[in-house]
Amino acid sequence: MILRRPFFWIIGIAMLAFAAAPLGKNVELRESLVLAAVYIILASNLNMMLGYAGYVNFGSIVFFGLGGYFCLFLMSARDWPLIPAILAGGIAVSFLAFLFGIGILRLRGVYFALATIGVNEAVMAFVNNFEPWGGATGIYLSTGIFQQLGGPASALWIVYYLLVATMGLSLYLSYFVKRSKFGLGLLAIGQNEDAAAVLGVPTPRYKALIYSASAFLPAVAGGLYFFKGAFIQPPDAFDLQLSTEAIVITMLGGQGTILGPALGAFLYEELRGWLLTSATFSSFQLVIAGALLLVIVLFAPGGLMGLLHRRWPNLKRFLE
Amino acid sequence: MIGLLASILDGVLVGAVYGLAAMGITLIWGVMNVINLTHGAMIVAGMFGLYFLVAALGVPAYAALAPVLVAGFLVGLALYWIAVHRMVGQPPLMSLLSTFAVNLVLIGLGTAAWGTVLFNVQVSLPGFSIGRYTFPGTHMMAAALTAAIAGVLYLFLYRTRAGKAVRAVAGNRDAAELVGIPTTRILALAFGLGVALASVSGALIATMFPFTVLSGDAYQLKSFVVTVLGGLGNPTGALVAGIALGLVEGLATPFMPVSWTLVIEFALFVVVLIALPGGLLSLRIRRRRT
Repeated sequence: MILRRPFFWIIGIAMLAFAAAPLGKNVELRESLVLAAVYIILASNLNMMLGYAGYVNFGSIVFFGLGGYFCLFLMSARDWPLIPAILAGGIAVSFLAFLFGIGILRLRGVYFALATIGVNEAVMAFVNNFEPWGGATGIYLSTGIFQQLGGPASALWIVYYLLVATMGLSLYLSYFVKRSKFGLGLLAIGQNEDAAAVLGVPTPRYKALIYSASAFLPAVAGGLYFFKGAFIQPPDAFDLQLSTEAIVITMLGGQGTILGPALGAFLYEELRGWLLTSATFSSFQLVIAGALLLVIVLFAPGGLMGLLHRRWPNLKRFLE
Repeated sequence: MIGLLASILDGVLVGAVYGLAAMGITLIWGVMNVINLTHGAMIVAGMFGLYFLVAALGVPAYAALAPVLVAGFLVGLALYWIAVHRMVGQPPLMSLLSTFAVNLVLIGLGTAAWGTVLFNVQVSLPGFSIGRYTFPGTHMMAAALTAAIAGVLYLFLYRTRAGKAVRAVAGNRDAAELVGIPTTRILALAFGLGVALASVSGALIATMFPFTVLSGDAYQLKSFVVTVLGGLGNPTGALVAGIALGLVEGLATPFMPVSWTLVIEFALFVVVLIALPGGLLSLRIRRRRT
């Protein structure tokens, strides 16, 4: 039973810690935790592609941005309330990802990676020219939009709790997928796709399903994140740096593990905070992220969790 | 009507340069099954190399291509030893990530040094006019130089000992090793050549269009489209497909805003990936087989 496994409860405790930390109206801490939660959501969903199925997705940010666009469009043009709008955004993006996945995932390895690099550029160019979504100026929400959640101050708190819940769901989703037969099939694809197919894993369908499943929660998070700021523009929605960072975080923490992306997000957030305040390094954030990624790929492809598991094999039972 | 024709012809001239860039990716893939994600950064490096040779040292633009080519080759050798050598033969995920990481470092350094302002290389070359339409001299010169470089590459691959070794390693690395070809050195040579092609095509693009540090992404995407269109690992296919892509761009420009071209190219890319994963030239091969 999954409830008996200690790791199930560790995720719950981490979620509660996130929710409780900024209590006492510590707004500054809450804002930095928002970013950490977004990192964890993006990285742990990316991890299901990258760590389980062994398929790198360079365009994971597309889900986040499109989710934000769907949500803000429904709220501003159709007057939908927040919760239905983010769910509709998530479902729409998942569905698009599934359609795209069915076509593209028949392809193997690098062909798929090439396609995901293009997805980002193409979607951004499309949204830039798509008038119903405001083209290059984007969508602005009126300030009255926060009234439905009891004014701006309480709305920001509600959005924060929803984001933390999305983060917890992301971790649980990774966990349940990994423990399921579906996850076992994905891990088999990651090891050797031909062998997996021979053993009866329906590889194209599994790949399309995980691509679509890894789109849902980032899209919801995108809706929440851009609702919080009350506006969305193409360069913010499809910020390539964020999908880059999601890759660095996943590799840093340990691809294929569940705790890894969360651990990586925490460490990366610390590093980033330190880099931004340091005078010499503030403009070299990308350089350092790249160098870090290169070192991990070359010398420790298992990331931090890989190092921990190798040093203390017993840890595998508690920290998965 | 004549306007459309002129636009198409101009697209073909520019497309030849896209083909040259894509040959860099396809050569590396064909020899070592690695997708070089530093490609965009190397295109930009070629652009800036040309810019500084022309603007700071006053070298004539077309004479500056030779040092850019040589420097690109040397940088490619260095990149091979830093990021690629340990990844050859591993799952594609690892080499994608390692070259992607190097790309981040290079683009990050470039952005820190020059920001994202627009740069421009002044090249004065008389154009060629038909009625109201002028073909810029730089575009014709770039297409001619592309043809020359592609020809030299062909001669190298098919007429020299080192080139034959490159093709042998592409065909079967183990067998090549067995007959005494120093495969590691050949892999490094091929990677260097691929990067040299990327940087020289970047320099040629810089003679035609203004550019920024971040231009690499769009040209890298074009290179991928061309590479896939021509069949991954097929240099001749890449050149043909580059011209085809230029033709499509030329055809589309009069009818829609330039900002839509990336969307169209990407749609084309996806369709080709799904329908013809072996590229356009595979059509001919398949027909011959049946």
